[in-house]
Amino acid sequence: MSDTTDTGPVLAADGTPLKRSLNRALRRQKMRALMLIAPLLLFVLLSFILPIGKMLTRSVQNDIVADTLPLTVVELNAWDSDSGDLPGENVYAAFVSDMVVAIEDKKHTRLGTRLNYESTGMSSLFRKSGRKIKKLDPATDGPFKDTLIEISEGWGKVETWREIKTHSVRTTNGYFLNAIDMRRTPEGAQAQPEDKRVLIKLFGRTLWMSLIITGSCILLAYPVAWILANLPMRTSNMLMILVLLPFWTSLLVRTSAWKVLLQQQGVINEILVWLGMIDDANRLVMINNQTGTIIAMTHILLPFMILPMYSVMQTIQPTYLRAAKSMGATNWTAFWRVYFPQSIPGIGAGSILVFILSIGYYITPEIVGGTKGVFISNRIAYHISYSLNWGLAAALGAILLAVVLLLYWCYDKIVGIDNVKLG
Amino acid sequence: MNMNPIGAHGLKTSMAFTLSALALIVFIPTFVFGISTAQSFALFFLKVVLICASIVGYAFAMLSTLDTKRPAMAITGVASFLAGLSLFGLVGGIFLAVVGAFGAHIVYWLHYRQYRDKVATYLTSEQVLWHYTFRVICGLIFFFLVSPLVPVIWLSFNAENFFTFTPEMLRFDPEGYSLKHYQDFFTNNEWQRSFKNSLIIAPIATIISVSLGTLAAIGLSQSHVPGRRAIMAILISPMIVPLIISATGMFFFYSDIGNFLEGTLGMGKNLVGYIKVILAHAVLGIPFVIITVTATLVGFDNSLTRAAANMGANPVTTFFRVQMPLILPGVISGGLFAFITSFDEVVVVLFVGSASQKTLPWQMFTGLREQISPTILAVATILVVMSILLLTTVELLRRRSERLRGMSPA
Repeated sequence: MSDTTDTGPVLAADGTPLKRSLNRALRRQKMRALMLIAPLLLFVLLSFILPIGKMLTRSVQNDIVADTLPLTVVELNAWDSDSGDLPGENVYAAFVSDMVVAIEDKKHTRLGTRLNYESTGMSSLFRKSGRKIKKLDPATDGPFKDTLIEISEGWGKVETWREIKTHSVRTTNGYFLNAIDMRRTPEGAQAQPEDKRVLIKLFGRTLWMSLIITGSCILLAYPVAWILANLPMRTSNMLMILVLLPFWTSLLVRTSAWKVLLQQQGVINEILVWLGMIDDANRLVMINNQTGTIIAMTHILLPFMILPMYSVMQTIQPTYLRAAKSMGATNWTAFWRVYFPQSIPGIGAGSILVFILSIGYYITPEIVGGTKGVFISNRIAYHISYSLNWGLAAALGAILLAVVLLLYWCYDKIVGIDNVKLG
Repeated sequence: MNMNPIGAHGLKTSMAFTLSALALIVFIPTFVFGISTAQSFALFFLKVVLICASIVGYAFAMLSTLDTKRPAMAITGVASFLAGLSLFGLVGGIFLAVVGAFGAHIVYWLHYRQYRDKVATYLTSEQVLWHYTFRVICGLIFFFLVSPLVPVIWLSFNAENFFTFTPEMLRFDPEGYSLKHYQDFFTNNEWQRSFKNSLIIAPIATIISVSLGTLAAIGLSQSHVPGRRAIMAILISPMIVPLIISATGMFFFYSDIGNFLEGTLGMGKNLVGYIKVILAHAVLGIPFVIITVTATLVGFDNSLTRAAANMGANPVTTFFRVQMPLILPGVISGGLFAFITSFDEVVVVLFVGSASQKTLPWQMFTGLREQISPTILAVATILVVMSILLLTTVELLRRRSERLRGMSPA
């Protein structure tokens, strides 16, 4: 028509420039996708990510001392804890007035329990003194220093006050230090006494046993994945059912199966005794220890190794192996130099998956692990439901989660989360 | 008779080869068995030699008199049945008959080189040997995978209140068997209540995760989604985060929510308990729905929705009439995964729920930790049957889905 339309921007049907119109369409498409995702994303964020985040903040939160003894904490700040002298009368007076309020609200025993995590004896000190301090009147009954020391000599020890001062901060690294077998002291972080160092060992054991489980899963899964990938479809589908059946079976069923098999009067021991291979008196101890946990968890996690390996091996052309052999490679060389390198992605995917799952396992170690075969998860559960040391549980959980998320990140980099396959 | 007929594959049959191979096969288990049971070396030696020699001798006698496999299998089977019957009773007899017939089969299989029938002709002897060794290894691993379930099922019919086999059970005496543990499961209030709780919680949790999850999966599979990777990582995280950490987080969160619902909104304690557990389980099931549905959507042809829109369907109609029927298999199998996750879940319900929400796995867990009752095994058997049904459904759905999407069924 005319030259002007040629130089101007290309227009869409409604007269807007095409570029803007396309951008708008793209934006609308993005919005629609996000609207579809939004309900679920919000649900997961609010009821999963947020609660975990909030729980993890408990690992550094330490308001209880500062909230229960507000006046004392202020007075203690002025006290030089390194001097070796007891704090002055002002601290004792502040302490009594704080305690009277706390006893009224029945909060002093909770404080005692909190401080008891750090040094034993604090709980009983607070509980016992509580009854007598209750009768004191902060306004008239002073001076309190000698009265308190008379009530319990614990109050006449510098250590008690140093302990209170050390843990009076609102944000503490104390739980994390506890989680790695150290403790917060006025002199900074120090190692726990020998007999209390259990957690590092437990972390080590969790990692070590997860590695063994992952290793044995690799060993057992590799041949199975190979044969599934190389047999004719019909046969391999039949065999796949044997892999998927345990995968679909309830975890508790499989754990109880191992209990039936491994216990002292269990199936394996009975067979061995019947065959005369072991003596009736020295039955094998295979349960309530590490062996039990490793065997049962290898069995439970094996399908998680076989499935990713299988899906990788399916894509490896069998002709490569034949080509290698025709060019003079021995069986072993052909496998090791040609097939194995191609199957590594499957091993990697399976290993990370199995390792992530095993490191946080709780149920199976709890049932077949006894005391020697438990994982860090069992310790977290113990602190949440029995010792009620939630701060320490949160700190242990934070460390465990950090390890798992690191592995999750690796998994995403190597395999991509979209490529996870089920069944 | 001709001692050296030509076997299959042009290889001459050789008595020496067959017998020495057989001796080797018999020797290994006998050696292991012998070394762990014998009190003295002489006794051990005698045992091993005696067993090997008698089996090899028998094979020799058989091979030199009978040319064909079937009569040899029949004779050996009957002979071992009689031996087993007199030594161990009926079951032992049947077991030994199978072993004997199979042994005879192996002998002839070796002798006539039938092991070469199913492998490529160019393989060397070592490769053939490795081929079969490898199959045996794989067989053992499959055995490891599946066999632990057998004693559970077997023991669930125990007439005694033990977790172990009684002599009556081993003799297959009907006296040793009963259905009383099943009866206990179906009549005991505690078990029935927990079963009912599981049947309330799991389906509702599944519906929530499937409906939200399917929508999100459709959103995620669109071509332009900002931050797709991060969103995916968040949505899959419930599967990755250790259950104990999820459980602790939810424990604090849902106790606050519970207080709010009970205190401020005045809802019943029981109802609030169920809501808490259901929501917690719904989150855990979401990754499975997302994974399976996005996998199905990979093969979805988006021009179908455009075609539907072109012909005047609104988005809702398009979704239900065009998209949904095509991705339904993926949605259902995701739903089954979500269902089994909730139905099998212990840790979270242990932390979030209260005694009135006790589910079946919870009841089993306490049973396994504290009082060991064989009812657990009856429940386990029922669950195994259920998982077989679920597995079959998922497998059928997968095939249907691949057929619908025009892939060849695998």
